[in-house]
Amino acid sequence: MTAFFDILIGGVFHAAVLFLVAAGLQLVFGVQKIVNLACGSFYALGAYFGISTVTWATAAGVPPALFLPVLLLSGLLLGVIGPVIEALLRTVYDRDEAFQLLLTFALVLMFQDVLRFFWGANPKTLGNIVMEYGKLSIGAVQVPTYNVLVILASIAIAAGIGLLLQRTRFGRILRATAENREMSQALGVNTRWMNTSVFTIGTVLGTVGGALVVPTAAASLDMPVELVVEAFAVVVIGGLGSMRGALVGALIVGLLRAAAISWYAEVEMLAIYLVVIAVLIVRPAGLHGKPIE
Amino acid sequence: MRIAAIVAALLVLLALPKYAQPYYVTLVLPAFAYAIALLGFNLLFGYTGLLSFGHALFVAVGAYAAAVLTSKLGVKSFELIVLISGLVAVVAAIPVALLSVRYVRIFFGILTLAFGMLFHSFLFKFYDITGGDTGIRVLRPSLLGQGFADLDKTAFLVGPFYYYCLALLVVLGIVMWRIVHSPFGLHLTAIRENPRKAEYLGVRVRFFRLIAFLISAFYCAVGGVILAINTGQADPELAYWTHSGELVFMTVLGGFANFFGPLIGAFTFIFLKSELMGATQYWRFWLGAILVLIVVLFPRGLVGIGQSLWAKLRRS
Repeated sequence: MTAFFDILIGGVFHAAVLFLVAAGLQLVFGVQKIVNLACGSFYALGAYFGISTVTWATAAGVPPALFLPVLLLSGLLLGVIGPVIEALLRTVYDRDEAFQLLLTFALVLMFQDVLRFFWGANPKTLGNIVMEYGKLSIGAVQVPTYNVLVILASIAIAAGIGLLLQRTRFGRILRATAENREMSQALGVNTRWMNTSVFTIGTVLGTVGGALVVPTAAASLDMPVELVVEAFAVVVIGGLGSMRGALVGALIVGLLRAAAISWYAEVEMLAIYLVVIAVLIVRPAGLHGKPIE
Repeated sequence: MRIAAIVAALLVLLALPKYAQPYYVTLVLPAFAYAIALLGFNLLFGYTGLLSFGHALFVAVGAYAAAVLTSKLGVKSFELIVLISGLVAVVAAIPVALLSVRYVRIFFGILTLAFGMLFHSFLFKFYDITGGDTGIRVLRPSLLGQGFADLDKTAFLVGPFYYYCLALLVVLGIVMWRIVHSPFGLHLTAIRENPRKAEYLGVRVRFFRLIAFLISAFYCAVGGVILAINTGQADPELAYWTHSGELVFMTVLGGFANFFGPLIGAFTFIFLKSELMGATQYWRFWLGAILVLIVVLFPRGLVGIGQSLWAKLRRS
């Protein structure tokens, strides 16, 4: 029973972080039709920058117990790179998908060295800062309170995105643009501005995800390329472009990974990818995706 | 013009081991390997219009097949190794291709990436079979039955092995040239331009995509064999998705719309990478920056740049 809870909590925690990154990927794919390989790089950037901000804030006298809001803030702050990168991607919107994919691959390569330049090649951690928030007893198991807070934060963000998309004027325009770009343009939507804001939101989701995960795991240079693989699995299982798909996919991948690690660590990624391939065979568009023409 | 350029390039490559430093000669070996792999890759990408982000999978299959054949099964004949590794890759490609060719565009890319990573995690995690992260050693093969026992490793690589690979590149290049200019190749181009129309005209779209996929797997595996013999090791990184990304990088760098583009891309990429690695520890950044430039400003690659320069020269 304890083992079961461990898997559940560990899996949901991982899913919470994966969801943030995958949600960013889905938003950007939905509106810009670009699959952003650099989403993992944003995530790693968020993680490294989070370490620096927390270290700096603690040195400046901010009580360590406030590190969660500091991390959230640092993730949000990194949103400034969104418009810059979107301005670069704008040059290939009307090109073949191969070029779009390659351009984001180029970003992956460049970010790898930007991270190395600022933070060095060795993995960085925040030490045992998670213990600032103590542990929570749920039944027979003890869970770091921080992990529960991250899960809650992720749920809040998911709800926030849901409200934004379904209930606000911005969300309606966004969905309309995703549905039919030319028609929206004809109706007076400033799609250029829409692209910039959606890409920035996507970036922030990635950087916040990275910032939130870093107290529990080391930030390393392998992070970007490794996360992309998992985030891809999430969006393929869930269906490209679907928010609900990102949620379901993240839960499946998160739980599967936690279960695999505790039972038979060799099959971790193998299990995830077998599920990906199985989903693609049975439901080519993913669990919540639109049918492919 | 084109024939003159090919003959000149071949003469340079033939003379290279005599005059260049061994270091540069060993650099050309991976370029041969990638050139062969990209000949196949571009049949799928440039001619059929399917972008695979997982073809490093077949490079790795070739490398591991060579490793198992030489270190575990004692097969030393290079001809046999190339043939068996290529066939193993084709067999491995059948299920992958059967599933993948149902998709096009980005979905095809993601699915192939998924298969590549599946194989990578198999290589990486199943230590007993695959040697885990260190991989398997690849022993020196014999060429046309000759062992060259009197040569040390470098002398073997820059000597007989170099010429053998050059010959292999030429032979496989001619075969690929015949393939893309055959009716089969024209079918593929038709499928790329307009799959629906091709289908109306009676082209069996999926079947042709499947065959193109299998041929590309064979070529990638042959490239993998050469890579593995050159480094003496087959390791899981060969199957990693970023390696697949490099294959696409090289193809676009040279220009995928031209038959010779990927070959030029392979040589340029290998040389560029080694120069950048020697100059700075931040070589990935500059490699990425060059890729950005190519994608944004010169989507037709180096061949495209050359062609427009040539056109300007002739006009003036």
